[in-house]
Amino acid sequence: MAEGVIRQQGGGNGPPMNEAELESLRACPHCDALYRIVPVAPRERAVCSRCGAVLIAPRARAFSRIIALAATALILMGAAVFLPFLDLSASGMHSRASVLDAVLAFSRGMMLPLSVAVGALIVVIPALRLALILYTLAPMLGGRPPLPRAPQAFRLAAALKPWSMAEIFLIGVAVALVKVAGLATVTPGPAFWAFCGLVVVTVLHDDVMDAETIWQAMEDRRDARRARRAAAADGPA
Amino acid sequence: MSEAATTTARSAGLIACTRCCRVFAPGTELCSRCGAPLSSRDARALQRVWAWWFAGLIVYVPANIYPMLITRTLVFSSESTIIGGVIELASHGDIFVALVVFTASILIPVGKFLAIGFLALSIEKRRFMDEHAQHRLHAVVEFIGRWSMIDVFVVAIVTSLVRFDAVATINPGIAAISFALSVAFTMLAAQSFDPRTIWDE
Repeated sequence: MAEGVIRQQGGGNGPPMNEAELESLRACPHCDALYRIVPVAPRERAVCSRCGAVLIAPRARAFSRIIALAATALILMGAAVFLPFLDLSASGMHSRASVLDAVLAFSRGMMLPLSVAVGALIVVIPALRLALILYTLAPMLGGRPPLPRAPQAFRLAAALKPWSMAEIFLIGVAVALVKVAGLATVTPGPAFWAFCGLVVVTVLHDDVMDAETIWQAMEDRRDARRARRAAAADGPA
Repeated sequence: MSEAATTTARSAGLIACTRCCRVFAPGTELCSRCGAPLSSRDARALQRVWAWWFAGLIVYVPANIYPMLITRTLVFSSESTIIGGVIELASHGDIFVALVVFTASILIPVGKFLAIGFLALSIEKRRFMDEHAQHRLHAVVEFIGRWSMIDVFVVAIVTSLVRFDAVATINPGIAAISFALSVAFTMLAAQSFDPRTIWDE
């Protein structure tokens, strides 16, 4: 932990700050402590000295790694949804469930809203979050500026994080297996392993993701493009 | 104490974005970096916390009274509530799994109600706990709350799996809906809470 990488901003109500000074300040989102940023090297972490929140944690080649991991997770999600998930057999009878069946378990009558919610929590929201991150980062590879609504997309992706419950679903599967173990034999199918892979890849993905790096890259490149356009407009005259 | 000396965006007369951490001059309404609306402290945050808290508590009652799973086989039909399910698992000797379900469906939700209520009260009235402990409590509630959803997923999987038409079927009970709502509402209550107010004087 590289504490002190960020310095606490000196106090007092001094003269109003100019834009450049404001740009070098960051506040802890959890406790509002004010810091002046200094460069943080990859694998170092800048931690709020008051509440311990990780503020900056850059990684080397973060963009390409995040994009690769998010794309992998999306592909695994596709496999997890459509391939057979679990196979149940009891005294000669077979029953097979895909993730889609688990989602549709509540689809009759009054339980329909729950069906929608389960589908959203384990498939739609995780997939949407990954897609939004790809939308934000993939066009920025190679130093290009972000797409028009990239900040909104990235903000939504962050807001969806607590509602993306693929890993919780996997624990639910484990408990369910124990519950029906007395009743029948259960064999995991390919989708089960795809889902396990998805959870692992998502954990790696979240570990490489540093929001500060991405926000800063978006701001810098947007500003740079704006400056280029302004220069081009002024140039010929 | 070093805490007393900590400069905050607010004490410096600035507004910070809670989404991307950028800091702006007072009076700025939108974050220029991420586009989120800015507020130094959201005055209505606590009101939202209580609204979601009560909503969560109300739907938590039927979640415990009505059956979560309805099992029908050739010889018997049974309904099990959340607590019933835990007892059933324990009586089969699956103590570890029973503990997991007990933690996720009873311990975490009840603890969450207590913790969020306690935090909201200590912001409104006076501190019962120092800032660091309160902050940690909020972080734990935010982190752990979503794991209560386990039981809903268990119901989804078990009911989709066990369908041997005439011989044995398991159907979801109405408690599954109210429990899922309760988890979602308390997650929203925890998210509505502005942890920055813990540190304010």
